[in-house]
Amino acid sequence: MARYRARRVVAVTAAALLMTVAAACGNDDDGASGTGGTAAASVDDGATLTLWTRAATESVSKAYAEKYNATHKNQVQVTAYPNEEYPAKLASAAGAKSLPDMFASDVVFAAQYASQGLWLDITDRFDALDVKDKVAPAHVKAATWEGKNYAVPHTIDMSVLLYNKDLYAKAGLDPNKPPTTLKEFAEQARAVDKLGGDVNGTYFGGNCGGCVEFTFWPSVWAAGGDVLDAEGNNAKIDSKEMADVFALYRSLYDEGVAAPASKDEAGPTWLGALQNGKVGIAPGPSVWLGLIEEKGVKMGVAPIPGPDGGESTFVGGDAIGIGASSTKAAQAWDFLSWTMSDEAQIEVIAKNKGVPTRTDLASNKYSSADPRVVLINSLMAKGKTPYARNFNASFNDPQSPWLKTVRGALFGDAASALSSGNSDITKSLQQS
Amino acid sequence: MMTTVITPLREERVEPPAARRRGLRRQTRRAWLGVAYASPTAVMVVLFFLVPLALVGWMSLHRWPLLAPPTLNAPDNFTGIGDNDLVRSATWFTIKYTVIITVLLFTVSLGLALLVQHRRRGVGFFRTAFFLPMAVGFASASLLFLGLLSDEIGPVSDLLRKVGLIDGYVSWTSGSANSALGSAVVLVLWRFAGFNMLILLTGLQAIPPEIYEAARVDGASRWQTFRRITLPLLRPTIALVLTLMVTGSLLAFDQFWILTRGGPDNSTTSLVMVIYREAFIRLDLGSAAAISVVLLVVLVAFNVIQLGVLRRRSN
Repeated sequence: MARYRARRVVAVTAAALLMTVAAACGNDDDGASGTGGTAAASVDDGATLTLWTRAATESVSKAYAEKYNATHKNQVQVTAYPNEEYPAKLASAAGAKSLPDMFASDVVFAAQYASQGLWLDITDRFDALDVKDKVAPAHVKAATWEGKNYAVPHTIDMSVLLYNKDLYAKAGLDPNKPPTTLKEFAEQARAVDKLGGDVNGTYFGGNCGGCVEFTFWPSVWAAGGDVLDAEGNNAKIDSKEMADVFALYRSLYDEGVAAPASKDEAGPTWLGALQNGKVGIAPGPSVWLGLIEEKGVKMGVAPIPGPDGGESTFVGGDAIGIGASSTKAAQAWDFLSWTMSDEAQIEVIAKNKGVPTRTDLASNKYSSADPRVVLINSLMAKGKTPYARNFNASFNDPQSPWLKTVRGALFGDAASALSSGNSDITKSLQQS
Repeated sequence: MMTTVITPLREERVEPPAARRRGLRRQTRRAWLGVAYASPTAVMVVLFFLVPLALVGWMSLHRWPLLAPPTLNAPDNFTGIGDNDLVRSATWFTIKYTVIITVLLFTVSLGLALLVQHRRRGVGFFRTAFFLPMAVGFASASLLFLGLLSDEIGPVSDLLRKVGLIDGYVSWTSGSANSALGSAVVLVLWRFAGFNMLILLTGLQAIPPEIYEAARVDGASRWQTFRRITLPLLRPTIALVLTLMVTGSLLAFDQFWILTRGGPDNSTTSLVMVIYREAFIRLDLGSAAAISVVLLVVLVAFNVIQLGVLRRRSN
């Protein structure tokens, strides 16, 4: 009897274990089935929706959610994770099939998440949207995979030149005449640097792949060059345009015009360095304008130019889509489509000096009060968002071949860094 | 000399069948009681160790996307390891780090243990002080060092400039390969020396004081006592701490992930960081699992050799 009971216990335990393993290994069809593909109507039925975002854009996500929750039965709960940990958090949630109803991601990672099927296909829903053609095209393209849409813009952040008006005046420069070429930018940085003391001409993130691509690439684009091919399979960084841009920043570092900490800036103290008010002019994210001025530093804004003129910007920020394992896709789409409405774009984004994700709302009642915001908004049409499935591994990750290339081009053997970097990055981009 | 010969008094007793059945039943009941006591741990080990281990092994033979069903691709994940330059550089760095940290950490820990070995006034304070860093989480400790060593917000550079040890801007965590490694080594020594000291201290205190007294009577010097008595009798404890140190160093992650981000120029990228990159940046779970399996095999082999050698010597 005892032996029989024991056998039964063993059998039940084994069955439970097998089921656990099977559940872990199996393909969970629930949730995603029947929700993708069809243009289901928006639903506002009092569902509670979870939304994940990275800390960098938490405030915008929360502002959207607050406004939406106040006027809808559905309620959106925002959870933010530290920027560095966020991709790992998403990957492990996807592996466990427990993605939130919606999640935002750095727009340059969107193609990777779309290709992995982490977001639901929203092509039909998006096609049915009235304002579809007015939604930031660079973001929409970034979240497209094999002709299908997987995410929409959530927040937009663009790279611009930020300059300290007080230091400009002290250095004898006209605070209303920012540089129109990258060479002028270098001259003005040198002029400010001559003020001496702990004032530096410029600052950049020389140990941060993401910072460099965000701030240097617009100069390459403005000069007519490119960084990647349209499919994101081949790097084009061994061009003359890229070499010229790196050479200019390298000379600023060698001359001591760029703050010495630029060599080690990996991202976390980048904003702090500009908030100190000791840097003359530096390329940086447009959303920092308000954050720097909060510290009592008067800032001017200008587009990022190429070495001999032109202007461009890196259209960054976050894209957001519906989690592949969500069972509330219709309700989630209700929220996402609302974020692209006039009401949300003007009363949530423009009111807080953000960049609207809709091209037709670039000038609005709030932006007209500050010409700098109008300038930033108008740049979206001239900017680009690079597109590549393996973008994170190739460019943003600290172990990426891009960061190695950047370090070589700025502080090491510049000549070989770009050519060997180009083949390494191409290899990384093409990795399956 | 008195010798005693004990002859086994084993009588062939013929038990009545009923008694034998009772004895058997008692034995069976005791066996099952043992199984019952062990089963919660066994279930835990199976669920949280054996199943994940088998899953990682299974995963390493497949292309394993995050959501789609996996497909068998063996042995691609393993052959891919050889082509990965980052794995190669991370392997060398991890070995170098393991050697440096094992030597330094062992020396410091043993030094501290010898310092606080004997009961005297104030020794309790020092034991606590040395052990205290262990109470700080490792990730928090790494962040603490990042803040302290930062030129922007930390006091260390300012302090060293004031006393004239450094001049101008110095980046401790990403300025050069050596300074980045040095920062991580100092952090690990600060965090773990007290813990290893405690283990060594228990080993030291297990050595009978009579042996030291006998050595003193025989006129042994301090160095001779240390070499001939302390070290040999401490061997099992040394084996334990060395195994812990080597295993911990080969699996190093937090200190480099937080403090140096693997830089500058990948000079402080450890093997576990490469596994993390394969899994969560490249989203290639199969490749990450394959590197994990290889690392596991190396660790097991290393531990078997290390414990085998040290145990044999201690015997």
